[in-house]
Amino acid sequence: MLSNKQLLEKYLRHDKKFPHLWCPGCGNGTILHAILLAIDAIGLKKDEIAMISGIGCSGRTPVYVDFNTLHTTHGRAVAFATGLKLAKPSLHVIVVMGDGDASAIGGNHLIHACRRNIDMTAIIYNNSIYGMTGGQYSPTTPYHAKATTATHGNIERPFDLAELVKTAGATFVARSTTYHVRQLTNLIEKALLHKGFSVVEVITHCPTTFGRRNKMPDPVTMVKWEKEIAVPIEKAKNMKPEELEGKITTGILVEKELPEYCEQYEEIIRQRMKKAKRGTKK
Amino acid sequence: MPSKKNNYKLMQGNEAVAQGAIDGGVRFFAGYPITPATEIAEILSNKLPEVGGKFIQMEDEIGSIAAIIGASIGGVKSLTATSGPGFSLMQENIGFACIAEIPIVIVNVMRGGPSTGLPTSPSQGDVMQARWGTHGDHPIIVLSASNVYQAYLLTIKAINFSEKYRNPVILLLDEVVAHMRARVLLPKKDEIEVLERIKPTVPPEWYVPYENNLTGVPPMAAFGDGYRYHVTGLVHDEKGFPTSKPDEVERGLRRIFEKIEKGFHEICMVKYHYLEDADFCIVAYGSVVLSSLSAIEELRKEGIKVGLLELNTLFPFPRFAFDKVLNFGIKGFLVPEMNLGQIYREVVRVTERKVPVKKFNKIYGELITPDEIIKEIKKF
Repeated sequence: MLSNKQLLEKYLRHDKKFPHLWCPGCGNGTILHAILLAIDAIGLKKDEIAMISGIGCSGRTPVYVDFNTLHTTHGRAVAFATGLKLAKPSLHVIVVMGDGDASAIGGNHLIHACRRNIDMTAIIYNNSIYGMTGGQYSPTTPYHAKATTATHGNIERPFDLAELVKTAGATFVARSTTYHVRQLTNLIEKALLHKGFSVVEVITHCPTTFGRRNKMPDPVTMVKWEKEIAVPIEKAKNMKPEELEGKITTGILVEKELPEYCEQYEEIIRQRMKKAKRGTKK
Repeated sequence: MPSKKNNYKLMQGNEAVAQGAIDGGVRFFAGYPITPATEIAEILSNKLPEVGGKFIQMEDEIGSIAAIIGASIGGVKSLTATSGPGFSLMQENIGFACIAEIPIVIVNVMRGGPSTGLPTSPSQGDVMQARWGTHGDHPIIVLSASNVYQAYLLTIKAINFSEKYRNPVILLLDEVVAHMRARVLLPKKDEIEVLERIKPTVPPEWYVPYENNLTGVPPMAAFGDGYRYHVTGLVHDEKGFPTSKPDEVERGLRRIFEKIEKGFHEICMVKYHYLEDADFCIVAYGSVVLSSLSAIEELRKEGIKVGLLELNTLFPFPRFAFDKVLNFGIKGFLVPEMNLGQIYREVVRVTERKVPVKKFNKIYGELITPDEIIKEIKKF
């Protein structure tokens, strides 16, 4: 395994790209680290990786990494990725999104990508808030939590993103946190190796715009909170719903094999081209 | 002897667009059903696999344009087709393709608006939206087809321009042209010019993805070709990385306008009909061209000398054509449109009212007839 220094040298863009714009104590660096470890463990080639993002703090991830990188518009990363993957199925497509990016403005694209089962990996940085714009409530902000647009406490019930993509038909769904870095790396690795649409939801911490307003003003407190709320799926199976109140399940939540979209389309092309050729011969 | 007759085809405007897309090298289409553009999606969903291409029906028009931009970055010529409401949804990502310089073609079959409007009666209401629909100053190429045969040719032109200038190209059809059937003789394959985008030839470590050159259009690598670079909707430097340094911002933004200006005379396509001896000039585009030609025939029988300036390119606006027409000694312009005067105002702008400019407008979902044009000309 590469040392941290070797890992950074191998995968990060060093010219002009640093310092990064994430706040001190942000969890995004931890997620990026896990992604790079997973990529290195599998041995994917940099030329064959396309990393695509939307808008927000997560959206800046691709600019730092030495892959084919595409920073799209807010919420549309999965739709851009869909076109790219169909045009070039040999690429390993990794989509990184925030919670607002993936499930508010981009929610429609996300659920349809799940049902199509195109071979790509979506990694959702869920920090429960719109961080870049300064802390407005998102579809995953907990009930009664405070935000700049919910100063009296949020009265919308949050999405459980992993459950959402599971129901929408994703063939691999996993969840972890920025506290559980080893597990996170392992899950991303499995997601990258999965044939089909895979989603990894990462509960991450934003002390600056979320924690500060919700009695978790520093990164350590936030990471401890992640540790407390995480329940491995194996353990959760034997727990009562009231015991799971306020908790999140972690680990591999769904893993199944279903026909992959690009492969099915390639088969259609093979048949249609054969038929068209026969047609011209007569 | 093989009969030439057999090569004639009875074709609908939308069918001609689909055939033009295939012959122009499009191998990816993403779209969402909307009348009166749906036939283009239906035909391409069936035909693309035969030539190794792919079709996908996306969840909405935002996803459709996002997908074609993604596919184009993957190195595949890509196109989408829609109508008013879908065109509105696409606007944000048209701007993305402008600043990131991704070749794409958007076919907009115009129907009456605003909003759900008049589904699906003809209109030319989206002309200014095609020019200015996405936010921010941006370069754009807008073409307009006047008949079925042109729908075929201009689809190929739109693809070529998008690839050559690395810019989105919008092809406007009105519902009349899109659904009209006509007998057309398509050119042979070797008579069609199909352009491919310029790819980098330098080694990857030398590749500067947004570097200026004589044409103003940097070579474009496809993702996966070994040139790892960054594509973003943020204003970026020559390497493609976000910047807010005023000098880098200005240089980058100026270049994307200048590359279109450099191609101005190639991009601006117009046709001059019966103008040498004309006293009056009709300025028309889309299906109004057909009505205008019929009107001219009648008027000339009566001894009224009228000509037609047919606009196949709407933006950049072909101002040079008006100087030429004014030199013929024209005494007045008539601009009949199925909107309230979107191109009329452009004509006023470039002619500076050196001669009277009149408009004739219809916005209730019916096409403009030759009789109406005759009546308007006689009012001069």
